Amino acid sequence: MRHGVDQHAMQPGASSLTTLVRAWAPVLACLLLAVVLQMVVGPLLVSAGWDFAAKLLLDIGINVILAVSLTMVNGFTGQFSIGHAAFMAVGAYVAAGIVYYGSFRLFGSAEMAGGLLSSAPEGRQGAWLTRGDALFGLSILAGGVASAGCGYLVGLPSLRLRGDYLAIVTLGFGEIVRVLIQSQTTETLYDPEEIAKTPLWQLPKYLGGALGFSGLPFYTSLFWVWVFALLTVLVAYRIKSSTYGRAFLSIREDEIASEAMGVDTTRYKVRAFVISAFFAGCAGALFAHTVGVQLNAGELGFVKSFDIIIMVVLGGLGSISGAFLAAIILTILPELLRSVSEYRMVAYATALILMMLLRPQGLLGVREIWDKRTWRWLTGSRTRKRGGS
Amino acid sequence: MLEVRDLKVNYGAIKALHGISLRVNQGEIVTLIGSNGAGKSTTLRTISGLLRPASGDILFEGASIRATPPHEIVRLGLVQSPEGRGVFPNMTVDENLQLGAFVRPASERGAIAADRERALGLFPRLRERLKQSAGTLSGGEQQMLAMARALIAKPRLLLLDEPSLGLAPQIVQTIFKIIRDINASGTTILLVEQNANMALRVAHRAYVLEVGRITMEGAAAELAQSDEVRKAYLGHG
Repeated sequence: MRHGVDQHAMQPGASSLTTLVRAWAPVLACLLLAVVLQMVVGPLLVSAGWDFAAKLLLDIGINVILAVSLTMVNGFTGQFSIGHAAFMAVGAYVAAGIVYYGSFRLFGSAEMAGGLLSSAPEGRQGAWLTRGDALFGLSILAGGVASAGCGYLVGLPSLRLRGDYLAIVTLGFGEIVRVLIQSQTTETLYDPEEIAKTPLWQLPKYLGGALGFSGLPFYTSLFWVWVFALLTVLVAYRIKSSTYGRAFLSIREDEIASEAMGVDTTRYKVRAFVISAFFAGCAGALFAHTVGVQLNAGELGFVKSFDIIIMVVLGGLGSISGAFLAAIILTILPELLRSVSEYRMVAYATALILMMLLRPQGLLGVREIWDKRTWRWLTGSRTRKRGGS
Repeated sequence: MLEVRDLKVNYGAIKALHGISLRVNQGEIVTLIGSNGAGKSTTLRTISGLLRPASGDILFEGASIRATPPHEIVRLGLVQSPEGRGVFPNMTVDENLQLGAFVRPASERGAIAADRERALGLFPRLRERLKQSAGTLSGGEQQMLAMARALIAKPRLLLLDEPSLGLAPQIVQTIFKIIRDINASGTTILLVEQNANMALRVAHRAYVLEVGRITMEGAAAELAQSDEVRKAYLGHG
């Protein structure tokens, strides 16, 4: 990948070992952080009686994946996809099918068979990772890959066109996915013998259809969610700070000029779209196996897509840390507003309108929280002059 | 180096170019002058692949590029500095310049750095503003940035689309002086301009475009003397 290498990793004189360490250290850091969240923070929260906070951290993590991945399309390349929840649905159903029927075929039941890293903080014991975790981990990746494949199929024809057309196509894609899933049989198989008898290729029919897919084991834990959330942020950051990523940004800035610099804009838009769909699929897989969730395609329609778009816009189109912050705020806000129960959605909407009036460019605009410029800009000490001759 | 043969371009039902032919030789500055709507930018955008011709052909170094996508054309060494400056406003000057080297392989690191230095040498103002967002530059500085960025792409033929558009006369002088410098250091230039006066002063040869047709061509100095050109474009009665 000629343009893809991170700048820091390419400094002349850096040995291949340093390069390797620099490339993989952040990944290890993500893993470590997720383990700490799972093994230390989760139990602490629960022992303090803050179970809801542990649950909220799961939702936040999933929303972070969704918002940051959508930022790569809507923020980086400036396209407007409004079907992100559909990619989530694809990932969710692919992963759920694999985990549910895979568990029956391999372990004889759909009981959760995970180790410490995928257990709820209460009542934990045994090994850190088990066969069940392997199945779950692989199914997340499979969900992501299936979703990325859909992203490629949808993106290739529609990304040749400009903004609004993509919006319509993605909206249509979202509805197609939802209707296709809901129009399947409402049956879910739960008899191990019957499942063992049914040929493998027929199993994907029995995903619960319009009634929703129930009986899924709850593998999703702080560890799994935050491994993927942090990796999504890491990938987004690496892309944004590479030459490769500047090609994405240049499309948003000025598509003609971008072409004039030799960027194959269609190909780059498709790439961003595929990467984004991959992570949305992973988020869907994680969502499907969360405690208290009954997977139903009806909930992954365009309303969900808009929720994600709101996070991206609120955070500032193109800002990774902005999307991250907005995902946190917009996950917590509805919970805080529970006290005003019936006016909750009104208050939520009002809060959004106020945000957009006060900061139409989003929390951080296109900047990142770690940019020096952000602080100057947030504090309003703008000394440079604009315009001129 | 570049040869355009009987090029016809339509915007839907509207015919923008009715078959124009022109030629740019190695080492020249060739200018294409004409008034608003004559089809100058259309010609340039068709050459760089952003528009597709209805008929006719474009040869670059003898090979047809009429069906080559724009990003491939840049790789061939035919680089455009787009009209209206076309800088990336939310990126810093430095990041804009880095995108100039987008088509060049990472193995050319040293050469890219040298070309960057050379470009910054031509436009010293940019060096002072490397960390500034391109959108906060003045019009003239944005034009300089667009040209510097195109130079870092290492063009064999540089296409300049209205570099003087909307700039103060003094800045225009500077820009045209730099165009001459760029050419003197070996880059062939095709310059599209409304400012015929300045364009004819720096160019070797010129074409006059009127509503989609080439009406006159010849050495720039001769055209500058011709009555029609003086009347129509140079403001001499």
